[in-house]
Amino acid sequence: MLVRFFTDLRAGGVPVTLPEFLSMLEALEARVAALSAEEFYYLARMALVKDERHFDRFDRVFAEHFEGAEKLFEKLMAELPPEWLKQITERLLTEEEKQRVQALGGWDKLLETLRERLREQKERHEGGNKWIGTAGTSPFGNQGFNPEGVRIGQGKSRHRRAVKVWDARDYRNLDDDIELGTRNIKMGLRRLRRFAREGAAEELDLDGTIDATARNAGLLDIKLVPERRNAVKLLLLLDVGGSMDPHVKVCEELFSAARAEFKHLEYFYFHNFPYERVWKDNRRRFSVVTDTWTLLRTFNPDYRVVFVGDATMSPYEIEEPGGSVEHWNNESGRVWMSRITRHFPRLVWLNPEPEERWQWTPSVAITRELVDNRMFPLTLDGLDRAMRELRQRGGPGGVTSRHGLTPDHSADAS
Amino acid sequence: MTETRFTGTENYVATPDLMMAVNAAVTLGRPLLIKGEPGTGKTQLAAEIARALQRPLYEWHIKSTSKAHHGLYEYDAVSRLRDSQLGEEKVRDIRNYIIKGSLWEAFESNVQPVLLIDEIDKADIEFPNDLLRELDRMEFFVHETRELVKARHRPIILITSNNEKELPDAFLRRCFFHYIRFPDADTMEKIVRVHFPNLKAELLGEALTSFFAVRETPGLRKKPSTSELLDWIKLLLAEDIPPDALRGNDPKKLLPVMHGALIKNEQDVHLFEQLVFLNKRAGR
Repeated sequence: MLVRFFTDLRAGGVPVTLPEFLSMLEALEARVAALSAEEFYYLARMALVKDERHFDRFDRVFAEHFEGAEKLFEKLMAELPPEWLKQITERLLTEEEKQRVQALGGWDKLLETLRERLREQKERHEGGNKWIGTAGTSPFGNQGFNPEGVRIGQGKSRHRRAVKVWDARDYRNLDDDIELGTRNIKMGLRRLRRFAREGAAEELDLDGTIDATARNAGLLDIKLVPERRNAVKLLLLLDVGGSMDPHVKVCEELFSAARAEFKHLEYFYFHNFPYERVWKDNRRRFSVVTDTWTLLRTFNPDYRVVFVGDATMSPYEIEEPGGSVEHWNNESGRVWMSRITRHFPRLVWLNPEPEERWQWTPSVAITRELVDNRMFPLTLDGLDRAMRELRQRGGPGGVTSRHGLTPDHSADAS
Repeated sequence: MTETRFTGTENYVATPDLMMAVNAAVTLGRPLLIKGEPGTGKTQLAAEIARALQRPLYEWHIKSTSKAHHGLYEYDAVSRLRDSQLGEEKVRDIRNYIIKGSLWEAFESNVQPVLLIDEIDKADIEFPNDLLRELDRMEFFVHETRELVKARHRPIILITSNNEKELPDAFLRRCFFHYIRFPDADTMEKIVRVHFPNLKAELLGEALTSFFAVRETPGLRKKPSTSELLDWIKLLLAEDIPPDALRGNDPKKLLPVMHGALIKNEQDVHLFEQLVFLNKRAGR
């Protein structure tokens, strides 16, 4: 029964390993949990699940697997009313069996044994190796005594609860398939870490000191090295306003996670598509702007660029000069985008729209093509793939966009 | 005979699942990994277990620069070098320069100790992997002196994590895991009672109501936690705020008194002020 639970858990997406399962059995044997289904649940969860994101999956498998088990526990927990039990047992047993009961020491003795056995059973069940009637050692099993059939103590349970712990599914929102929180984003961004020693030497280099001292004929020669820091530089370009409004929360989360994670983080906003200017402060987006040329000159190609936007707009906004919904742009979005992709070889576009919807929007397809297919959904998995992409792409100047050619119709614009 | 089952202490309210987790870890001698929202008493748990079971407590607080061997021992090569130049006598024995870490000290304890490894996720990603053998077999080898240090009694090891890094599977496999959930209203009342036994029921009720209301506010960046609630109540008591001041029957007054103890982020305060403003408008 428990082995099946184990395999079900694995099938249900909870990464349980054999040693963990064995340690749960060990805990059961040590009688750590011996009182109720609930304790068994806690014990199993503690021993088998090591990440709160998997709690919900565990709960589901548990509920499915032990459905009805709770009821049985309750029955076994209840006090046995002796009169009633005797009456029922008498009705159920044949004359021959009654004689065997007498041989066992009479009703009182029998009831006592039964109660004891039930108490033991309750514990044993949690050990998962013995049930009334299944093990074949119980005198009650022989006599056709079925605790379920007799319904001992039903309805008077002291342990009934309105909702079973595992049915409450309180951990639903910790599952990583569902939500992308700041924490998850941070975990994703961490893939990008690359430590390097840069800056002022202020940490003692023990090995270097020993080495230098030895070379110095034993005279102490202290060596210092700079502290290890995350050397990755990130340039975040965020789409704001309009169709991005529903995604504000996830973008904020991404932003705050990135802020905490990278020492060299620069960010700019754009609306719908990058043109000749970007800005840092949305309230003064028309007065304080940064020229995109300045952006390209300021930041080296070793910056990794992350675009965040839904890329959902009219195709004209990308293809045509003057296509911008906000201002007159002399050169088309396509031109600007290809300039950016050429300057920054390591670049990805994160799209908060679900991946399966991309194909219905032509502008998404164009943008995808412009960023050389490096568009990823803003989910944990997508972020993961994006970060891997940013890691892999060759060094500065290594890769240029294959599709980002300047279209000639940009010339006859203004 | 010391107590062997942990049932919480007069200062610490333990839920049944937490008790179960601690007792299983104690019985089987497995490390217990504790996660949970900040401020739910993860670190405090170790101290309370030590107190309840009357065991010595060893603490090892992890920093981003911590290395696994810091917990075992450190060889102070620099002072040995210096001493050798001064011609000190003790320089001849390397033992004088081996500084024991908390893990070693816990291993040497005469009774089963409690060892807290606090915020293991602060350290480098490889850190937990470097401790596998030590936590599994409860022994380690001191290379400098060629001696094997073995635990006299398997310590009760508590490891806390704030989830800043994913811990390696091999490490997780060796631990029991418990996630401290944010307490529900009943548990919270018990917790506050434990800390402020003389608190008037009225004030407690009002404080809890507004606390949970604050937590429910959508879009908060940092939800207030248990420890912040306790601080806040302490403040309320110190300032002798009457329960009426907290009463929520005035929808126009959303920002609770002394909210600085509960809301720690200027954006959150702004959010709150906006809500107050909106409510005022709606009330008109």
